[in-house]
Amino acid sequence: MNTKYDVIVIGAGHAGSEAAAAAANLGVKTLLITMDMTKIAQMSCNPAIGGIAKGQIVREIDALGGYTGIVSDITAIQFRMLNLSKGPAMWSPRVQSDRMKFTYEWRHQLEKLSNLDFWQDTAVSLIFDKNKVVGVNTSMGLSFSSKTVILTNGTFLNGLMHIGDVKLKGGRIAEPSSYGISEQIKEYEIPVGRMKTGTPARIDGRSIDFSQLIEQKGDENPHYFSFLPNIKNTMRQRSCFITHTNEETHDILRTGFEFSPLFNGIIKGIGPRYCPSIEDKIVTFSTRDAHQLFLEPEGEYTEEYYINGFSSSLPLEIQYKALRKMKGLKNAKIFRPGYAIEYDYFDPSLLNLTLESKKIENLYFAGQVNGTTGYEEAAAQGMMAGINAALKVKEREEFILRRDQAYIGVLIDDLINKGVDEPYRMFTSRAEFRILLRQDNADIRLTPLSHAIGLASEQRMRIAEEREIYVNRTRDFISNFSIEPERINPQLEAINSAPLNQKRKISTLLLRPEVSIFFLKDYIAEFNQLYQTFEHSNNSVFEQAEILIKYDGYINREKVIADKLQRLDYVRIPDDFIYDDLESLSTEARQKLVKHRPKTIGQASRIPGVSPSDINVLLVFMGR
Amino acid sequence: MSNTETICALSTAQGQGAIAIIRLSGEKSIEIADRIFRAKKKSKKIISQKSFTLLFGQIIENNNPIDDVLVSVFRSPHSFTGENSVEISCHGSIIIQQKILQLLVRSGAKIAKPGEFTQRAFLNGKMDLSQAEAVADLIAARSEASHKVALHQMRGGFSGDLQNLRKQLLTFISMVELELDFSEEDVEFADRKQLSVLIEIIDKDIKKLNESFRLGNVIKNGIPVAIVGEPNVGKSTLLNTLLNEEKALVSHIAGTTRDAIEDLISISGVLFRIIDTAGIRQSNDFVENLGIERTMQKIDSAQIVILLTVPDANGMEFIIMANEILKKNKKLIVVFNKMDIKKTLVPDIFASDFKTVNISAKTGENIEELIQEILILSEIDSINENDTIITNLRHFEALSLAQKATERVKLGLQNNISGDFLAQDIREIMHYLGEITGEITTDEILGNIFKNFCIGK
Repeated sequence: MNTKYDVIVIGAGHAGSEAAAAAANLGVKTLLITMDMTKIAQMSCNPAIGGIAKGQIVREIDALGGYTGIVSDITAIQFRMLNLSKGPAMWSPRVQSDRMKFTYEWRHQLEKLSNLDFWQDTAVSLIFDKNKVVGVNTSMGLSFSSKTVILTNGTFLNGLMHIGDVKLKGGRIAEPSSYGISEQIKEYEIPVGRMKTGTPARIDGRSIDFSQLIEQKGDENPHYFSFLPNIKNTMRQRSCFITHTNEETHDILRTGFEFSPLFNGIIKGIGPRYCPSIEDKIVTFSTRDAHQLFLEPEGEYTEEYYINGFSSSLPLEIQYKALRKMKGLKNAKIFRPGYAIEYDYFDPSLLNLTLESKKIENLYFAGQVNGTTGYEEAAAQGMMAGINAALKVKEREEFILRRDQAYIGVLIDDLINKGVDEPYRMFTSRAEFRILLRQDNADIRLTPLSHAIGLASEQRMRIAEEREIYVNRTRDFISNFSIEPERINPQLEAINSAPLNQKRKISTLLLRPEVSIFFLKDYIAEFNQLYQTFEHSNNSVFEQAEILIKYDGYINREKVIADKLQRLDYVRIPDDFIYDDLESLSTEARQKLVKHRPKTIGQASRIPGVSPSDINVLLVFMGR
Repeated sequence: MSNTETICALSTAQGQGAIAIIRLSGEKSIEIADRIFRAKKKSKKIISQKSFTLLFGQIIENNNPIDDVLVSVFRSPHSFTGENSVEISCHGSIIIQQKILQLLVRSGAKIAKPGEFTQRAFLNGKMDLSQAEAVADLIAARSEASHKVALHQMRGGFSGDLQNLRKQLLTFISMVELELDFSEEDVEFADRKQLSVLIEIIDKDIKKLNESFRLGNVIKNGIPVAIVGEPNVGKSTLLNTLLNEEKALVSHIAGTTRDAIEDLISISGVLFRIIDTAGIRQSNDFVENLGIERTMQKIDSAQIVILLTVPDANGMEFIIMANEILKKNKKLIVVFNKMDIKKTLVPDIFASDFKTVNISAKTGENIEELIQEILILSEIDSINENDTIITNLRHFEALSLAQKATERVKLGLQNNISGDFLAQDIREIMHYLGEITGEITTDEILGNIFKNFCIGK
């Protein structure tokens, strides 16, 4: 049996699966170790992928040649493009997926990769050679040696679940946690912290009175995550439903507070402020008498529903009673209660931008172990760790995305430079160049970069290039084609748009907020002909051309600032730069800089505690 | 590191004066000063002095006293530079100044480069970028008004104003970001009316700062004044009288052309720049020599024009000239000179359009009245020490860009555009304001959101 690998990935969640796929696709010998082969890329929390800022990340993963987008598309039971009424930077694809099919499909995709081996077992310890990791020991007594190791243990490191005063050890319900690795890593002066997250109860759809609920359907024209045109979804599509908590629910929940591990001090981990438990919401915002909840179907045919917004660690009995006070849920039956889970994470500021540890060579960290939440955030890190581990094995240059190139760049840059003090989730407001990092242009931004390192396939590259050519043709057509008033005025009047009084370029029409590119396509035969000539991606090409024309001013202004700020990212700080002598730096800044050792002034400027005047000091010493 | 060296320099103006101050800054400044100093009470050493105290004694070279001096001690970090500092107040003779500096250099100090004290203060976090720039302005301040503005900025007044603006912007952007990042949740949407009120306030503040630049610029560089008139009406006499009256000739500024010279005079604390006095000084008939075109150029670059004439001059030509000046939107004072010979009765048609004054440049009669008129027209009688006035071109440019973005936000709110565009423009405003203080926008936005709004599915 082969026990020698280039890359070993420990954990097959969203991070681990993308890491293993990226490494294998880059042509290095890869092993994926997981406790349970039936739980590959399991969705531990809600059965949905994407959403605001997260949808953009999935598009980026796809553009780089990852699988989260493809698997989500194939297994989706509802597609929605969120925020369509807002500007294009806000458009965010999201799907509900079939939880079981999602896992099945991921495994199917991974099993197609010839460089990837699997081993079902628990990794119990890492093998070190001084400050280098060189292999992994498993619970079955096997030793694997490897040039690099990627840790993607999610919530499994010392995982502890709480339901009222009931405590269960494990990484998910009915799945054991893993011990030992955290303790080993601590010895390398890497601080281990505790975080907490929670998940709501799942209920039986047969006990729900849907007539009382507000139905939320998917989009009629679904937007897929994947840029590959041959991905097809054949799943039965399903709706979500909305209900609200009320004062009665809140009163019942309050009776359980004394048993809440969150309030009686049993849970010590830090929870996310943006994803509070229902008990947290009631306490923090006591003036609100209702909170909105989403009932999300768990699969194509199952009756199980996930109650998004009702995450709780209160005793089962309380959860049960409180649920039954809500509209449509009078007779609700619970499949399984909500719970809170505490787990270990490692301070991500001790990582390089490649996600390799600064303290332990060849060891990479990705996903929830770095203090993030969310499948998408985890998958993105996994992919970047997988890429960089493989590139290191191949002795090639590291692969790093900048903040103005990708949300993935923002994510990793934030983790490394700012560290985390609560579970980190991506928001569009974290990206200072939001309008450049749109979901529609992820392939143009990233596919060439990934293709250049040998990851994105030829097919993917060709499609990205063709899409760009189609977009340019569309833009050329719009800026050159003029139309007579009589051809378009009746249609314009029908949408309350001012009629033309002379022949005009259609670009002037498209700049009107009420005129869409599809309106022009429907009424201008020549334009429709152009649309028909595209071999794929017709709608997405038109959407992108429209965005580039309508929002040209905003896009350009953002580029100006991005270029300006980016200059700081090119001012390199020598690796051996000595901060201790720089008395002109504030004490806090000096400590932070010594700890983080930023590679550039731009990076330094984003470290909390490093003030603008500290940056000016550094600039002076860098000779600027 | 180079900045641990101790530096010294003459802090008062070059040249002879009643007293002079030599400043030392750096870790060893106290030690170095002790090497060349002997206190009156022989037992006393500077090194044993408390911070902010004075010590009387002598500067000694080879046991010979050079001068009686006062030494003030400032211990780190409570000094201008943040380092140990010593100031030696000596007598103002150039020879003494030179001698002391030489002694200091021999004892281990280095002569400071221009701006090095300020640079150190900046590096030691004693001031931000705009404050550091203000110090440069303060040193160069040639009038009381300019001094006030720089002083206010150095104390952080300007940075404080910008901080205030940033705070308001943060509130604004948090409200907008909330409905963007959490649009799927039942969050309350940002009240557009409230946003409109907020942006009006922000816009007004930025505009005010921005408009102060025109004022700031003249305060810093002087209000340009042109004295024009036919030959022999007494232009140079008037100039000299103004200079003598105020005894405040600041300097002659060499201009771009060989003979162009400007005189800076400070009148009641306001700096005036008398344009192109070369013509006046060298010959009394430059209009004749250089023609009307040259006179017009002079008028173009002025803010205030003094049109000088004498009794019984050609009235018609004179009125044409006055009208030309007014057409150029210049402030005009018509001055009738030689009242000691004959007082001119001002024709009624003049009275409403511009100021008129009868003076005698020769005897100085009514010059005070003319000065008052000039001051009124300068419109900066009311500079308050607490007013923030922009004097720096870099700040002005950043503020102008910020103002453009503010306009877009206002327009966007009127047209009900999506919040992400509003947010982008707000971020742009914050970015440009940040460029002034050197502050970089971080993600305080989310912190603000989590603090104030209920979110989370």
